[in-house]
Amino acid sequence: MTVLAAEAATYPGARRPDRQRTVDSHGLDIAVHEWGDEAAPPVLLAHGGMDFAGTFDVFAPILAAAGLRVVSWDHRGHGDSEHAPLYSWEADLRDALAVFDSVTEDPVPVIGHSKGGSLMLQLADALPHRVSHLVNFDGLPSRRSFPDVSDHQRTKLMAQEITGWLDHRRTLVDAQRKPGTIDELAARRARMNPRLSTEWLRYLVTVGAREDPDGWRWKIDPTIRFGGFGPWRPEWSMMRLPDIGVPVLAVLGTEPDPMGWGTLPEDVLSHLPADGRLATIDGVGHFLHIEAPDKAAALALEHIL
Amino acid sequence: MPVLLRHNRVRLALHELRSGERRPLLHVHGLAERSPSEVPAHLESWPGPVWALDLSGHGHSDVAVGGGYFCEALMGDVDMAIAHLGAVTIYGRGLGAYVGLLAAGGRAEQVRGAILADGPGLAGGGPTPGSPAIARTVGPPPAGGTPDPWALHELTRDPRPPDYAATFARLAAVRSGLDVAIAVVGVNRPPWLEAVVAEPGVTECSLPAALALFAPDDASVP
Repeated sequence: MTVLAAEAATYPGARRPDRQRTVDSHGLDIAVHEWGDEAAPPVLLAHGGMDFAGTFDVFAPILAAAGLRVVSWDHRGHGDSEHAPLYSWEADLRDALAVFDSVTEDPVPVIGHSKGGSLMLQLADALPHRVSHLVNFDGLPSRRSFPDVSDHQRTKLMAQEITGWLDHRRTLVDAQRKPGTIDELAARRARMNPRLSTEWLRYLVTVGAREDPDGWRWKIDPTIRFGGFGPWRPEWSMMRLPDIGVPVLAVLGTEPDPMGWGTLPEDVLSHLPADGRLATIDGVGHFLHIEAPDKAAALALEHIL
Repeated sequence: MPVLLRHNRVRLALHELRSGERRPLLHVHGLAERSPSEVPAHLESWPGPVWALDLSGHGHSDVAVGGGYFCEALMGDVDMAIAHLGAVTIYGRGLGAYVGLLAAGGRAEQVRGAILADGPGLAGGGPTPGSPAIARTVGPPPAGGTPDPWALHELTRDPRPPDYAATFARLAAVRSGLDVAIAVVGVNRPPWLEAVVAEPGVTECSLPAALALFAPDDASVP
């Protein structure tokens, strides 16, 4: 039996969205989640890769309590959004814009975490008239996260990645994620999120997975694979930061985290635009809005209100 | 009727243009093109069977709803054809040339030479991302659904860094065991292709010479 929102496991401070709807993005249903008064000024939240809007279940209610209409969405193939034939950065940006269009055509404050931070940076660069303030939670990739290896070694690593990726593509038809108990799914996610508590990860399973007859499965499209290869370079995101003309706040945690970019304050400071600001939160890693939701929200609210 | 292959949620149309037992030549079309209905005159000299693949969003293959096209996914399309046909030699035009290069590096043991020819979509979006833009619409699809307008939009904007392309040429040369793994027969040289022709194991020659170079010389040896 599917666990309804009201029956989901609890976590201190977590609250499921007050409203949920879908937006059509070029033929795909994108799931949109909202917290707070629908008539309040909006703020948009973009989640990170392999995540979903439910990862804001503690952070978003704090913003809503400050008088904001908080709108987030599941990227295509993530959470409750439709699984797509193809996934790309450009497509994610189009989906994001469809959500923006469903909220307002006026400029709005935007907060993005990790991949969501990089996406929103590019959206703000492409469509500055749609963004009033930008908050970036560890979403500024730097070259630092890419190991300095020899060309020979890099070519060898790439060969392994390409072969692995192609082999994976050959197995996708009717692929499903591996089922398990809530504890097993939480334990699997802990390998990617080692700094997050078991209590939080168990909660995430109940909102980011579904219960099938043979066990729980993460909702994320099984064809989406962590990591990979391609022409993308980390500096292609960072190079957009100096372009931004609206007030920018970049926030980094101070603790190393396997899911983080490894970006250091000096990497960001050299690229901050004129109205840009960098803040750090001590003692937290990549998921700073989960590890320190009150501090992260206070910084964001100070910036956007 | 084409053979229908599944690549994730997309059905791909693979056309047999000429039957035979030897190693096939796999034709990969350019951007917004589709597979030819018969063996083109310029490929007649190939001594074996000839097949042609409609890439995702093209010809008789499915459209990827919501777009999201990128060249590595199209490399996966070619890999599905390789899984069906076994070892092939690739003849790629334009976009198909770039995708053919990726496949030659990614499946070097099974791609016995790739011929890169001029054609639509050869340059892609250049070495680095251009000015940021987000398309809200690209207009209606043509009657029949393909080519998918999102494919045309996205596959003319995708960055193709020269050193990235060169890595695939290097992988093809090293892992195929061929003295020459890539033959460039076109005139145009976008930056990625300039880098490729500078790699060992890559030759510039005429199309007839390339077809002769990669032709299986013994009917019993693919």
